[in-house]
This record gives sequence, C-alpha cells and structure tokens, in this order.
Amino acid sequence: MRKKLVSLENIKFKYEGQKNFALNDVSFDIYEGEWLAIVGHNGSGKSTLAKLLNGLQFAQTGTITVNDKVLTEETVWDVRRQIGMVFQNPDNQFVGTTVQDDVAFGLENVGVPQEVMVERVQNALSKVKMSKFLNQEPHHLSGGQKQRIAIAGVVALQPNIIILDEATSMLDPRGREEVLETVRELMQEKALTVISITHDLEEAAKADRIIVMNKGQLYREGTPRDIFKMEKELIELGLDIPFSIKLSKALQKNGVAIDYGHLTEEELVKDLCELHSKM
Amino acid sequence: MRITLEDVEYRYQANTPFEHLALYDVNLSIDSGSYTAIIGHTGSGKSTLLQHLNALLKPTKGRIIIGDRTIEAGRKEKQLRSIRQKVGIVFQFPEHQLFDETVEKDICFGPMNFGVSEADAKVLARKAIQHVGLAEDILEKSPFDLSGGQMRRVAIAGVLAMEPDVLVLDEPTAGLDPRGRKEIMDMFYDLHKKRGISTILVTHSMEDAAKYADEIVIMHQGSVFKKGSPQEIFSDPVQLLELGLDVPDTVRFQLKLQKELGIRFDKPCLNIDDLAIEIDKAMKRGNR
Repeated sequence: MRKKLVSLENIKFKYEGQKNFALNDVSFDIYEGEWLAIVGHNGSGKSTLAKLLNGLQFAQTGTITVNDKVLTEETVWDVRRQIGMVFQNPDNQFVGTTVQDDVAFGLENVGVPQEVMVERVQNALSKVKMSKFLNQEPHHLSGGQKQRIAIAGVVALQPNIIILDEATSMLDPRGREEVLETVRELMQEKALTVISITHDLEEAAKADRIIVMNKGQLYREGTPRDIFKMEKELIELGLDIPFSIKLSKALQKNGVAIDYGHLTEEELVKDLCELHSKM
Repeated sequence: MRITLEDVEYRYQANTPFEHLALYDVNLSIDSGSYTAIIGHTGSGKSTLLQHLNALLKPTKGRIIIGDRTIEAGRKEKQLRSIRQKVGIVFQFPEHQLFDETVEKDICFGPMNFGVSEADAKVLARKAIQHVGLAEDILEKSPFDLSGGQMRRVAIAGVLAMEPDVLVLDEPTAGLDPRGRKEIMDMFYDLHKKRGISTILVTHSMEDAAKYADEIVIMHQGSVFKKGSPQEIFSDPVQLLELGLDVPDTVRFQLKLQKELGIRFDKPCLNIDDLAIEIDKAMKRGNR
C-alpha cells in the first residue's frame, strides 16, 4: 500500500469579498513518490489549492494533513519545510544578486550554518546542472535556467514535496522540457513527491495521476489513460487532449487500422511501425 | 499601414561598459493587412524588435518607416503619440497594467489620452468590450474583481479601443487555459480578417504561428535569419531544430516517422487532419 503523504478533507475556501467558494468541499489524497498533475480551467481553484497546501492561505472549513501533521497556523513552519514551491514567473522569484546567493536565500532563512550552506548550494546547483553559473547575475539567464535555479533553491531545503504552480507556462518549449526533465531526475534520486499544477496536457499525460478541477470542485481523478478517455468532456471543461490522442483519432477516421488513445507519441510511432511492417 | 525596417541596429546602453548589441542589420517589411509571426528563442531580439514597431525604442542605426513617418537613428523625434495610437502593443500579461476603478474607466484611459472626448471614449469602450467577447455589464465592475481570463480580455479591449491599424501581440495567451487560448487567438484572427488590422504575433507556439500567420520571421542572435510562408519555413525542420527552435507537433511527428519507418513526405503538414491523410498515403505508398 502506498503511503498517504497529504490528505485534504472537505476543504472549503472563499476569498474575502467574493461570492463563490474558490474551493468547495474538496477531498483527495496525495501519495508518497507520485507525480500528481492538477489540471483545470482558469479560476477552477488549482492555484488556490497550492496556496492552501503551503499555508499561504487557510481553509474556512476542512483539514489538510501533511505527513500525519494537521496544517494549522502553529504547524505551518514545519509543513513549509517539507513543501517547496516553484511559481510561474521566473523573474518574480529571483531574490539574490547572483545565482548562488539566490539558492542560499532560503537556507539563510532557516538558519543553516555557513559550511553546510556552501555545500548544499553547490549540491543543489549541480543537481539542476547549473554549477557553472554560480556567480552569474540573473539577467544573463534564460527563463528555463532561472526556473532551474528556483528549483535548486527549493531542493537545497530538502523538502519531501515540490509543488510546481504553472512553473513552465512562461517558458519556450525547450525551457519547459529542461525544467520538467530536471524535476523528473530529482524525483527519482530523492524520492520526491511532485504536485504539478498545469495547463500543459502533454505534461499531464506523463504524470502518474491526474486530478481535474472544475469550478472549485474536484471533477475527476484517475490515471492519464482514464482521464483522457473523456476527451469531449475535457474540451467542454476548457481543457484539451494530447497531440498523440488527437492524431490517432484522425488516423482512424482516415481508415488507418490502428488503436486509439495513444498517450505518448512513442506509443503511436510503435503502432504505426508494426502496421507498416505488415503492409 | 506598412512598417519597414531598414538596416536597423539597436544597442542597449551604448557607449557604456554595459553596451549590448541586441539587433543588427535588420531589414524587414510588414505589409498593410498582413499577419506576421515572429519566432526565435529568448535573447534572439524579438522583444527589442517589437518595441521598435511603435517607437518605444529608437534604432541606434538605420531607420524605421511606420506609415508616413520615418524614425531615423540619431534624430530627435517629436509627436510620437500618433504612432502609438496607430500601432497598439499588447504586452505579455497585459492585465498587470490594469489600474482604474472600473473596467470602463480603464478602457477609456487610452483613447482619452489620445484626445478623444469622454463620451466618444465610452462608445469605443462599449465596442471594444464586445470585440473581446465580454458582456457590457462588466464595464461597471472593478477590473480587480474579475477572473484572470476576463482581466486579460479587458486589458486587450483597452488596446483595441484606440482603434489601431496595427496590432502587435507579445505572447498574448501565456498562462491561459487551452480554451481561453483558442478563443483569444481566434478573436485576433477575426479582427484581422474583418477589420483588416495588420497583426504581428510574437510567440513560442509554432502551432499558432503555422495556423494563423501568412508569413513567419525567424529572429536569431539579433538579426532576421529567415522569412517565408509557414510552408516554406517548416519545410526545413532540421535547420530550425539545430537553431534551438521548435517546430509544430505535426512536423516533429513527421520527422519521427521518417526516421523510424523510413517513409517520405512530400510536404510539411501544418495541421492534424492533413497529417493523418499524408500518413495514410505514405503508408500505402510504402506497400507498393
């Protein structure tokens, strides 16, 4: 049985002065070591979820438990040391004047001694493959590089969980792949749990599990294969389906004899190869 | 309105130790009523280029002809206001620039700044809000009570209300969900078709560049690397990938199939239906 790392029970949250609940009775669990993608239209409550998980906001009703500890104003500092967040805009989260200062910032905040700090900064930067940039200033870096520095800053704090809050949405395709690849490697190495809030359906297709949010409620949860079966429904929810699924559907329509519902391009290429060899 | 760039160079902080050459030898002509996509990776000069299109930046060499105005390097320019009214720029995350008490006041700010009376500005605001697909009752609301997608539309309406001839869009859909992205892109395309607005789209999305633009300009290391129709640009995908640029999903998939199956395609496919047809043909050809 996989271990429950985070539990949300009947979470309700409303922003001050708003009529509707941003989150309305949301319950789900997050398991240790999984990559969970949370998708949903703008305003569906995804980012509010991230803020609640990290204690930046507190729910009006319901409880969040992280590693058997109920998240309250008293426990928030403990919980934050277990959860690292990477936000959307690379330029808004750079606080240091150089790359190494930026990574050290979080460590200074929690009172890590100097010797340990130097080592952790270097380690974290080598993990995200940015060791060469130690003394560079942020404006010389690309968006993808800046986000990798932000990840190093999080990793240096040795959290159990990383939340990516649309962390790749402002990057070009290459930067996006760079960042996701970095997180995937870290996840393997450090047994991290990753929660990725995203509009990128190609990324979600590679997750272990997907949660679909709609109008502040949990609409559906399941594996990527289950979730992308509800194609039309997803599009009605303002979302989309991965390229490989769209293409296999179009191929079927044209009478190419293949199965349907390929989650990755590799699966589709493989099927087409088999078909081609039989022709 | 036609925009022509001749031998444009731009240096940031010229004659200082921080001098940085951002653009050089840029020659480009953007026709009236065209839809042009500008692609290139971070640092290629895209953003610097787009700020020249309404004289927010002036070239350190060369000249830019915007309609009947010429902006020449080294010359003091006056009355740039009319250029800024005719060339509207929608910057990235334009909703960060919303500031006024109500949506209506916010949208009216631009036109009134260009000398339109309050009554006329309100008429323009009403029109603009329809163009971006929002209901009129939103005009009374505070822009800060709206959802992210609505705020984006209001900010765009603020640019449209100036009735520009040329619309420059810098990653206009960043951060939006897939539906919001499609709706906004379709809306710009509609404005382009119905009202003949010249549109210049700066984007990382090769799908959008291929789908909407008549012409694609590739910027690389501060200069124009290549210019052509989507078909021309994507007919040499390997070159683009070597430059560190992306190609549309469909073209990337064609490359994969060529490599794995050894089948040949006659042309780059720029949409999924077209790709499905070509795969079908290529597979059957392989049979014979």
